[in-house]
Amino acid sequence: MADEALFLLLHGEMVAGLYRAAEQGEGENGRCTTKLESMGFRVGQGLIERFTKDTARFKDELDIMKFICKDFWTTVFKKQIDNLRTNHQGIYVLQDNKFRLLIQMSAGKQYLEHAPKYLAFTCGLIRGGLSNLGIKSIVTAEVSSMPACKFQVMIQKM
Amino acid sequence: MSRSPGRKQENHKISRELFVLTYGALVAQLCKDYEKDEDVNACLDRMGYSIGIRLIDDFLARSAVKKCRSYSETADMIAQVAFKMYLGVTPSVSCSSASGNEFSLILDKNPLVDFVEELPAERASLCYCNLLCGVIRGALEMVHLAAEVSFLQDRLKGDAVTEIGITFLRKPEDRKHRR
Repeated sequence: MADEALFLLLHGEMVAGLYRAAEQGEGENGRCTTKLESMGFRVGQGLIERFTKDTARFKDELDIMKFICKDFWTTVFKKQIDNLRTNHQGIYVLQDNKFRLLIQMSAGKQYLEHAPKYLAFTCGLIRGGLSNLGIKSIVTAEVSSMPACKFQVMIQKM
Repeated sequence: MSRSPGRKQENHKISRELFVLTYGALVAQLCKDYEKDEDVNACLDRMGYSIGIRLIDDFLARSAVKKCRSYSETADMIAQVAFKMYLGVTPSVSCSSASGNEFSLILDKNPLVDFVEELPAERASLCYCNLLCGVIRGALEMVHLAAEVSFLQDRLKGDAVTEIGITFLRKPEDRKHRR
């Protein structure tokens, strides 16, 4: 669907626009990542509600993470997460080998320092989705070689 | 796990909702960052312009349409092909000037405001969908058509319909294809 192009462009513009405003002295650099993450959080909350309207109740945490890796990721990014690892003690690592938002940037180490900016929104998306499914978490991302990236989810016991 | 046939349409709907929700979060963030409505509108227009100059490539690649030979064909193309492709709605086009360079697109259903009930009182002059104006302006500029695009009516502000006005700025040149 042509919607993907719209979302990709809008996301790119958001990142660029926020960082441009920061360079002009309207805020420190770190706050841009926070702003992007909080936008992703809001979107994630809304999206997960619309998405899980008709699905069955989840059995446990692992079930929820598998849902995020398969159905949620497929709807948002048109593919599944390639690898899910966990230590069964509340830490999950989601690995995506061809992350949609990074594909058009580079295929290797070029522009590696800019990659985190483009992952902040998605971290918020995951955190927001989990939050509305009843899980409080902290989500971080790391990139070692584009377009593969890893999202680390740390479940917070409430 | 059996999938119901309606699942694919739901997924399309959800990826459109992703865009709408992201846009809403963006507008909310901009409202927090800027106090004046004009600043938010200008920022949205700028962002829309940057998106439009890139979106036109995607549009032309997907639709493979022929070159438009007049302003009214261009306006029809925007309404019937582009809007349908990206937002799933088809606004109606009307020409609002005798010289043939002012058009308006009337949207009775605007997907961008699906989740918006009303503008907050202190943001009365916010053009929520100003991104669209920037996108159209940017896309037209990349095909060498200068235009001014703005919202003439906005349902969120109490008007009956949402109307986008496109004014092409240069007179159409008569091209004589003579060899």
